[in-house]
Parts: sequence; C-alpha cells; structure tokens
Amino acid sequence: MTTANGVTQLRVLTAEWIKLRSLRSTRWTLAIAAVSMVGLGMLLSWSFANRISDGRSQAGAGLVTVPVRGGIIAQLVIGVLGVLIVSGEYSSGTIRASLAAVPRRLPMLWAKAAVFGTTVLATMTTASFVAFFAGEEIMHRSPAHVSASLSTPGALRVVIGIGLYLTLVALFAVAVATIVRATAAAIAVVAGVLLVLPTLVSLLPPDLLGTDIARYLPSNAGAALLQAGPQTDMLTPWTGFVLFGLYVAFTMLLAARLLQRRDV
Amino acid sequence: MIEAHGLTRRYGGRTAVDGLTFTVRPGIVTGFLGPNGAGKSTTMRMILGLDRPSAGSVTVNGRPYAQHCAPLREVGALLEATAFHAGRSAFDHLHALAATHGIPRRRVAEVLDQVGLGEVAHRRAGGLSLGMGQRLGIAAMLLGDPRTLLLDEPVNGLDPEGIVWIRNLMKGMAATGRTVFVSSHLLGEMAQTAERLIVVSRGTLIADTSVAEFLQRASPARVQVRTPQAARFSELLAGPGVTIVKLADDRLDVGGLTSDQIGQAATHHSITLLELSVHHPSLEEAFMGLTS
Repeated sequence: MTTANGVTQLRVLTAEWIKLRSLRSTRWTLAIAAVSMVGLGMLLSWSFANRISDGRSQAGAGLVTVPVRGGIIAQLVIGVLGVLIVSGEYSSGTIRASLAAVPRRLPMLWAKAAVFGTTVLATMTTASFVAFFAGEEIMHRSPAHVSASLSTPGALRVVIGIGLYLTLVALFAVAVATIVRATAAAIAVVAGVLLVLPTLVSLLPPDLLGTDIARYLPSNAGAALLQAGPQTDMLTPWTGFVLFGLYVAFTMLLAARLLQRRDV
Repeated sequence: MIEAHGLTRRYGGRTAVDGLTFTVRPGIVTGFLGPNGAGKSTTMRMILGLDRPSAGSVTVNGRPYAQHCAPLREVGALLEATAFHAGRSAFDHLHALAATHGIPRRRVAEVLDQVGLGEVAHRRAGGLSLGMGQRLGIAAMLLGDPRTLLLDEPVNGLDPEGIVWIRNLMKGMAATGRTVFVSSHLLGEMAQTAERLIVVSRGTLIADTSVAEFLQRASPARVQVRTPQAARFSELLAGPGVTIVKLADDRLDVGGLTSDQIGQAATHHSITLLELSVHHPSLEEAFMGLTS
C-alpha cells in the first residue's frame, strides 16, 4: 500500500474536475449564466442610457453598476448549478461510488467546492468584465453619451466583486445541497435565503428594525460589494462581503460535519 | 478477508443488523443469504463505511475500510445498478473514480472492454439498459484490481448470458485468491456460485457454514414411501425421533430414518413397497426450516 496508489486531495480535485466538465448540462448552464449576465447588462445599459438622455435619471453610480446588474439573474443560475452538482450525486446514487472511492468524505466536499468555486470565479469574472465594457460602450454611443471606466471610483471593485459574490453564491449552494441533499428542497433554500428573505424583511415597517436587519442578511451583505457611490442602508463594501463570506463558511462547516456523520 | 465483530445497526427503534460476527475468507465465493430486509445491504454498506455501525466493527484486509489509503485497490463493490449519473458517459464516470486513486486512463478502457461496454463507453450512461448499467457497476468494482470483492444482488437485471458471465467472473476472482462476498435472496443462485454461506434473518446470523452442511443441518432428507399397507407400516416404523406424515391412503412421508433402514424394515415385516424415494429439501425449504 504505497501513497503512489493512494487517495490524495490533489487526485480528488482532478476527479471532481472530470465530473464537472463531463456533464453537458453543467457546461450549458454555466454558459447561460455568463451570456445572460452580459446580455441583460447590455439591455439594462441601453435602457438606462435612454432614461438619462430623457432626463428621467441621473447618471451617478448607475454608470458603474448598471452594466453588471445581470449578475442578479446569474446568481440564480449559479445557485441552481451549485445545488445540482451535489444533489445530482444523491439522486443518481453516484454519491455511494464517490464516497466508496473517498471514504474520508471531506476531501470530496473540499474538492467539489474548490473546483466549482474556481470555475465560477473564472467564468463570471470574465463575464463581468465583458458585461462592463459592453454596457459602457452602449451608454457611450447613446444620445446621452455618458460612460464610466475601470478607473472610475468603485468601478474595478464592483466589476471584480461580481465574480467574488457569485463565487460565494456557488459555495453556498454546494454547502446547502450537501446539507439538504434533495434537489428541489436545496434550490428552495438557496433561492429563499438569497432572494426571498431580503424581500420579506423589506416588507417589515422600518421602525420594526426592517432596514437594520436587512443589511445583515447574507445576500444584502454580499451585495454591498457591488454598490458604487454612498449607501445609507447597506454595510460598507468589504465589511458586507466578509460577513457574507462568514455566512457561507458557517454553512460549509455545517455541511462538512453532516457529511461526515451521516449515512449515504 | 472481511471480519465483522458484533456488527449492529439500529434505525430508531428498529434493529436492522443485530450483533453480526463473521469472517469472509479469501479464495472462495462466500454467499450472504437472507430474505429481503434481512440486513444484507445495510451490512454491505457498513463494510464500505457508507453506513455507520451503532455498535461493533468491521474490517477489510485488516483495517476499517475508511482507513485504507487506497480503498479501491482493497475493495471493489457493486452496490446498485444505478450508481452513476445519467448525463455522464461510462468512460467519464469511471475516469473520475479512477482519478481519485491515480489509476491511469488505459485501465478505465481496459475494464470497460472486459465487461463488454467498450463500444458504448462514450455515450450518455442514461441510455444504457439495466443489464449494461449493471456491467458498468461491475467495471467500477474491477477498476482498482481489488483483493476483495463485494457484490450486492449482482444478478438483478442481468439476462441469462449475463448471469452466467458474472458467476464465472466471481468464481474466477475467487480462484485467484481474492475474497468474494456476494449477497442474494435467491437461494438457488447461491447454490450455483457460493462455497460457503453466511445466512441472516431479521439482522441476526443463523448460519455460517458450507452450502452442503447448511442443507443438511437445516432440514435433513425425508423419505417418501408408497405401500398398500401404509397404516400397518406406519405403526411398525414409529419410534423415538421418527416423524411420519400420512400423505394419502397408500403414501407416507418419513423423517428420521434413512431409506436403507426403511427398506430393511419392510423386508423384515413382509411389507410390499411400491415406491421408496429420498426427498432432498430445496434451499428454499432449508431456509424456511431455519428461519421459521
């Protein structure tokens, strides 16, 4: 029994990479997330530029944030994909083969998170830059003739922030699916926490701590990184992002604990 | 070599596996026999570390499965036909498993050819038939060229040709000194394949023996006698340890005596025998005898 034949974290990473790229649905879904982000950003940029030229909107921070606002749609797609790469193993029974090969279990979770997180970071950061440049070009060519560049204050942070935010969404989805295991339930939890919870809390009357609570919710905290210009109802960009990261880390640790203890 | 000591698994108030202690030795096929729900699959999953024992322990080749640094080289397992993703090709499925152990791609192609899936290796596995899916599971089992093989109900979904093939595979593997542990609820199937039997019912061990001994112990042979003097012969044969069932006016079913003893008794008492036949119990009957 030599280590030359044994299971190592690096080998498990390779295995998870093979799994990720060998599903056609995964490749398509990632492509849809990237393309929809760019496409929606271009559409929103065009519409925003028109409103500015009509005098219905101020340019302001929107010049930086509007082109990458398609990330809102992308987070749903990334969240669903993150759920599927884990829950698909449970629903198909592959999980037993996977864990028989990696009986210590945690290396598989770390590898899944690392491989999917890195893929999302690379894909969506690229998409974010493309969306930004395309959106700015559209606004620049519009009658309003306005645009921002990466050197505009906050712009680089926002554009890079999209990739970072979506990476945390990806890791959150992987963790939730590891905890919940069933596809539909895991998607409901991910969408519920990221999208529905902020909406519900925003319905609370402001004097009932509505805004105070709202800023600390996971997706609102994370979205602080994606704002340009002064914000009154959100955490500061990096504080918010770190808080979102802590939520995700906590969820991931819970997932690891349950993965180790449970039967499969 | 698989060694279980007091292996127990409870689910809530129900005990699925209750203090199983057994050893599965290399070089032979060992059958793991019991009706559905007897705890066979749970035991197999505990051997692989997929389910946690509530008490007791089980080791494979000397240590718990999860403590092997190259588990696929120690144990190959066929647990379910559909342990793969429908959207992934057979090759990619095995390639990912192989990658965890640094097993090269050519070994993946090799086992796919060995199980007869070479031609469909790069198609979506969702399109495979039940039998082909089972073969893919067997390919995964063989991937690490393991010393110990674990098969849970392997003939399910296989056509007759496939059944013969997997029997020969198991026997061949055992002949090369490997440990082969195969579960089934089909007793006839076990008789074809296994040399030894570990028999469980409702989670408890009821036999750990050779197939022949199991039959003998469970339900010894009975003798059927046909004679016009059935009533009288019945009285003559009666004695301690002898059970006689009257099947018809001229037909008796005798337990506790051999056909030799009955034949001699008939000659001695001038009884006309029309028929004297030894009835060996089927495995099913033997099993019912032990578990009821």
